[in-house]
Amino acid sequence: MYNTLNMTVNGQPVCVAVEEGEALLDTLRDRLGLTSVKRGCEVGECGACTVLIDGRAVDSCLYLSLWAEGRSVLTVEGLRTDTGELTPLQQAFVDEAAVQCGFCTPGIIMSAVELLESGRTYTRDELRKLISGHLCRCTGYENILNALERVVGKR
Amino acid sequence: MSVHSSIPRVDAVAKVTGQAKYTADLVPPNALYAKIVHATITNGLVKRIDGAQAQQVPGFVKLVTCFDAPKTLFPTPGHPWSVEKAHQDVCDRRLLDERVRLYGDNIAVVIARTPLAAAKAARLVRVEYEEYPPLLSPRQALLPGAGALHAQKPDNLLARSSFTVGEGTYADAVASEPDCVELVRTYDTQTVQHCHLELAQSMAYMEGDRIVVVSSTQIPHIIRRIIGQALSLPLGKIRVVKPYIGGGFGNKQDALVEPLAAWLTTLVGGRCVFLELTREETFTATRVRHAISFDIRALVRRDGTLVARKLTAYSSQGGYASHGHSIVANSAAVFKQLYHDQRVLEADALTVYTSLPTGGAMRGYGIPQIDFAAECMADDLCRMIGMDPVDFRLRNCTPEGYVDPHTGITFHSYGMRECLLKGREAFGWDEKRRAFQHQTGPKRRGVGMANFIYKTGVHPISLETAAARLTLNQDGSVMLQSGATEIGQGADTVLTQMAAEALGLSPERVHIVSTQDTDFTPFDLGAYASRQTYISGMAVKRAAEALRRRILDYAAGLLGREAQSLDIRGDAVVDASSGETLRSMTDLAMEAQYSLQNAAHLSAEYTYHCKDNTFSSGACFAQVEVDIPLCKVKIERILIVHDSGRLINPQLAAAQAHGGVSMGVGYALYEEMLFDGKGKPLNDNLLDYKLPTSMDSPDVETLFVELDDPTGPYGNKALGEPPAIPPAPAIRNAVLHATGVAVDSLPLSPQKLYEHFVKAGLMRDIAKEVDA
Repeated sequence: MYNTLNMTVNGQPVCVAVEEGEALLDTLRDRLGLTSVKRGCEVGECGACTVLIDGRAVDSCLYLSLWAEGRSVLTVEGLRTDTGELTPLQQAFVDEAAVQCGFCTPGIIMSAVELLESGRTYTRDELRKLISGHLCRCTGYENILNALERVVGKR
Repeated sequence: MSVHSSIPRVDAVAKVTGQAKYTADLVPPNALYAKIVHATITNGLVKRIDGAQAQQVPGFVKLVTCFDAPKTLFPTPGHPWSVEKAHQDVCDRRLLDERVRLYGDNIAVVIARTPLAAAKAARLVRVEYEEYPPLLSPRQALLPGAGALHAQKPDNLLARSSFTVGEGTYADAVASEPDCVELVRTYDTQTVQHCHLELAQSMAYMEGDRIVVVSSTQIPHIIRRIIGQALSLPLGKIRVVKPYIGGGFGNKQDALVEPLAAWLTTLVGGRCVFLELTREETFTATRVRHAISFDIRALVRRDGTLVARKLTAYSSQGGYASHGHSIVANSAAVFKQLYHDQRVLEADALTVYTSLPTGGAMRGYGIPQIDFAAECMADDLCRMIGMDPVDFRLRNCTPEGYVDPHTGITFHSYGMRECLLKGREAFGWDEKRRAFQHQTGPKRRGVGMANFIYKTGVHPISLETAAARLTLNQDGSVMLQSGATEIGQGADTVLTQMAAEALGLSPERVHIVSTQDTDFTPFDLGAYASRQTYISGMAVKRAAEALRRRILDYAAGLLGREAQSLDIRGDAVVDASSGETLRSMTDLAMEAQYSLQNAAHLSAEYTYHCKDNTFSSGACFAQVEVDIPLCKVKIERILIVHDSGRLINPQLAAAQAHGGVSMGVGYALYEEMLFDGKGKPLNDNLLDYKLPTSMDSPDVETLFVELDDPTGPYGNKALGEPPAIPPAPAIRNAVLHATGVAVDSLPLSPQKLYEHFVKAGLMRDIAKEVDA
């Protein structure tokens, strides 16, 4: 059984047929081609599939697509400007060598966008806690925290 | 300078924008999906498989079982194939096998039109077994009458090797040195998993009579050969493509699902079949780091001189040979290399089949295990004779100019002692050792350290070869193709830097092709043994030097000059002595491409066959606070000092150290695959298997002793694996310093510390009191 799902994805209205038990992760990847959303565990343990739903960071593997009806979804593909420039957050990840294999990167960036949108600044220890739902096996998180501090850190 | 500078990663932008494509991102819309049916017993035989219910699932396409699979046995490890029969990898695996050797072994596959249908149908496959008792440790599997996991090895002993260095025997040394102190202990390491974020996966499809396999692998060219062996097909019929990969850490230095995916596409008329394992399957049905048990005897004089050692190592191989004995053989080699014995070292290493997940390569290749044992040994000896751990290492560690007596590997650029001294100074070691003596109370601090040694690449044990190709673009930039694989470590970036340096171009003018495709990528063995910057880097450097000569020869003809009087600087051909710009690279390249008189398409390729090796080394220093009542260890400070030659990219080198230390912290404190009494995994997921999070990974202080290694391009040597090696023993030794408790196994989990602290009288046996 397919259902019609209407939502906004990266600023554009989208209408897509989805199965009842389909996870947003699969809808975004397989039906909309948004492959920055990564599958690492499918049970909300690794954070690689994090997207923003109405501004809130969510594991899209645990989120039924039908719940997104009428909501606004943001993925990393939606961050770049039309002229192709990186956002300051993305640039900080490049400058701080916060990227290695890159598989956890889009998810962490989306959590960071949520932090940025809060308008607050955070200490390094607060940031450690706030991104602890994301697993990264390459970086030891140090340069990721450095990148985050540049954009949302307390000076 | 393009090298020895921290240019940004060349793949960073693609990765922060989500443009970088990994295997799963390339699956076409009409693909079929495969799901493996795994055994639900640990040791036994499949008697019957019933797919009647599975076939009823809408979208079901095909069930393939172990009874349909070819009888061909093939090897899986990512080693260069040996042309000498005696050194060839063990062939003990079939695509699907009715003989079940571990819980979750592959016994059948369902192919369906959607992943969900495949998963549903796989669950409905009914299997009847004949069950045997599981063999859960090497010592158990070696017992007479244990029963063979593989008919070719009736006693389950996959391989055994031993050696002696020095004069006489260990027993002789004990008898003739009555004033010595002797340590007799067993140190155990646990089973851990790589936990790369990207799951194990491949897709396969056919183009005519050729099979194309797109896979998340560290070793595309080797995978092609293994698929050919598994399917009994000529290699020319197989093409392997490696896109970006989400981490490997050695697990993907093995044929994981590639041969199976390749076979499956041939059973559905060449349609694309995508086979992606779940996290649970990745834990149990790919590879793990071997749990190795080390029996150690060590004899030391009261002045701290190490006299003699004896090692017996039992490596739990799991159900299939994979990298097999080479892992524990590497452990024994490092036990030999790390310390010098005045009289004699005896070493004996056994690799034993067990009914557990298969051990393979994992960052450090047997060295994290032996470094734990050797460095525990060192500190336990120090306690027995009252010696400072750094002093002990300075007295007994690998000497300058060391040459391995068996392999001839030479410590060309020797920074080991400098790492120890630099670390001691930067860490404030001596003051802290004194300050944390004689503590009382529930929270105690301690500092510990560990030393390590690690070779670079695999010569002379295996072949070391790499090739690179450079082509001049019409705009004067250069395309670089290398068979070396980017797996997150930064290979693409440092190869770009080395090519730019050798050519005289800026790094922005070198475009590396990240994807490897065995149809057109030059041959290379791939990402393992911390080899690519050292081996593949030399291929890139020499190919770039050759292209530079070709460009200058062409320019010489064009300008009517001697090639020797020209140079490439600032992206232009210049007068070598005055530096005057004679022709921009853009103009020169356009001329070379389109000249009516003398068009020349300038390119160069070089195959480097490396017949040398060198040692990297370093030391880790850790400060911990141990909360005795809570049995918790907090890392307050951690420093790692590396002797990895000249750094090609210091920022990426430090990043590599951060990640390695984080992995070492997990090995020390949190990570362990657990099994029940029947060998069934208990924590095969990322919730119950404790990977370090951002809350658990300390910030790492990194220092480098940058000696120019004469054998590596631009003076570099191994760095990829080393940072993961010494943190675990350094942390264990810090806990020893804080509490006086010498834990003899990993990880230092709260449960284990509780048992040790109770035994040492540091805390009450609360569990016993509650029971009473």
